[in-house]
Amino acid sequence: MTAADLLSAFTEFAFMRRALAGCLVLSVAAAPLGVFLMLRRLSLTGDAMAHAILPGVAAGYLLAGLNLWAMTAGGLAAGLAIALLASAVTRLTPLREDASLATLYLVSLALGVILISARGSAVDVMHLLFGSVLAIDDTALVFIGIVASLTVVAFAVMWRPLVLECVDPGFLKAVGGHGALVHVLFMLVMVLNLIAGFQALGTLLSVGLMMLPAASARFWTRSLGAMTALAMAFAAAASGIGLAASFAANLPSGPAIIVAAGAIYALSIALGPSGGLIARARPARHRTG
Amino acid sequence: MTAIRHQPAPDGATLAFLNATIGYDGHPALHHVSATFAPGTLTAVVGPNGAGKSTLLKAAIGAIRPIGGEVAVSGCRRNEIAYLPQLAEIDRAFPLPVFDFVAMGLWGRRGAFGGFRRADDEDVARSLAAVGLAGFEGRLLDTLSGGQLQRVLFARLALQDAPLILLDEPFTAVDDRTTHELMDVVAGWNAEGRTVVAVLHDLDLVRRRFPRALLVARRLIAEGDTAAVLTPDHLAAARHHVEAWDEAAPFCEAEHTP
Repeated sequence: MTAADLLSAFTEFAFMRRALAGCLVLSVAAAPLGVFLMLRRLSLTGDAMAHAILPGVAAGYLLAGLNLWAMTAGGLAAGLAIALLASAVTRLTPLREDASLATLYLVSLALGVILISARGSAVDVMHLLFGSVLAIDDTALVFIGIVASLTVVAFAVMWRPLVLECVDPGFLKAVGGHGALVHVLFMLVMVLNLIAGFQALGTLLSVGLMMLPAASARFWTRSLGAMTALAMAFAAAASGIGLAASFAANLPSGPAIIVAAGAIYALSIALGPSGGLIARARPARHRTG
Repeated sequence: MTAIRHQPAPDGATLAFLNATIGYDGHPALHHVSATFAPGTLTAVVGPNGAGKSTLLKAAIGAIRPIGGEVAVSGCRRNEIAYLPQLAEIDRAFPLPVFDFVAMGLWGRRGAFGGFRRADDEDVARSLAAVGLAGFEGRLLDTLSGGQLQRVLFARLALQDAPLILLDEPFTAVDDRTTHELMDVVAGWNAEGRTVVAVLHDLDLVRRRFPRALLVARRLIAEGDTAAVLTPDHLAAARHHVEAWDEAAPFCEAEHTP
């Protein structure tokens, strides 16, 4: 199989083109989310939310079959419910946020799998958990487009307070910025993106398109803007490579994309000039002042 | 510092505690305190650890509501007070350039979305130069030393252009030279007519640079001219205060009407 063969997968098959378009658009929205999840040390929260939306998606699937809007509404409701429940448990009991989130998402994941297997087959479970390129039809593309556009607008609006909420939340509070509101908006946008991603990547892995490119970009630059742009590029590259590999070797698309992102991550750890292993091992030159 | 302001000097702001009791879980950290910080004054708040000094400032910005009595701010809104906490919860690992961090001091002028004009950029540069960090705009926060970070915080504070400035132990873990230079900055703010309140431990510094002092030890021991407040008798009285947390302390029956 040559590179030309891999490319022909996209030129010949409409479903591959749709999958690629969907993943590229997702990459644009997922990158800034991943960068901020990483910088706010919320990486595992993103993971937990990805699990948490499953029973909602499953409930939508039970009621309406593989209907995008039903599954989206269910996933959104479940994601927000888990986020609110976790913060309520944290506030009302001695349990910390990470522990309460972990317990809730595990129960949520188990419920989701039970719900799906109650009606569907193992194929359906696999499809929802790990995604399938075939699932990206025109409706899904439109939905991904809407979510990505909303995400870009949301980040444009909340960029400054979000940065300040990360760096110095006490100051944001003192000057009357709405830190809590910004946090809720951020979580909402994240849940929306997880749902938009699950057709191609599955509920479990859609957070991977956020985290891995962001973590990779961190090894190449220390500027927030450049990091975000680079994360977008990495996510797009992983999407293209992963989809092509998934077509060529008949792999599930979600895992293929995430493994491609993982390869970029491994390269970044080794070669990245900002804290990468090779840059670290090489004796650094220093300036006179 | 005068150069960075475009509008006339702010009308003085007053901070007043009217028989205020402030504390946590019903236990007062400050008991029935009445004190006034008049417009344009420069006051040091001193006292032993656990005396309620930080609590005093937190009540002023409204982070803690008084259990009884009143904490009144006049001359500016609560969110216009410039406050430097003792341990600012700053995430120094976040890759933010010094310029962006200091520019947040203009939040009151530009808010969450306002564009930065040329004049704003110049204000930030001037503010950094005033604390001796000219040319540091592009440096990232995690490359700064403790003293440099404190200077950066002062630069941001200056940009807030607040009529009332509250500093909680601003010179802790800062060397003599930095303390001296930042103290000049503080004196400059006061000369512009701003009301400045600073929690400090260095009594020599207080005697040298602060005309007024407030000595607390869970209650007000003395208030007024620094020389009259920091007497051996007053300081001994402050040291005698009990820091113990008595879970079963009887309820205070004193009246809370100011």
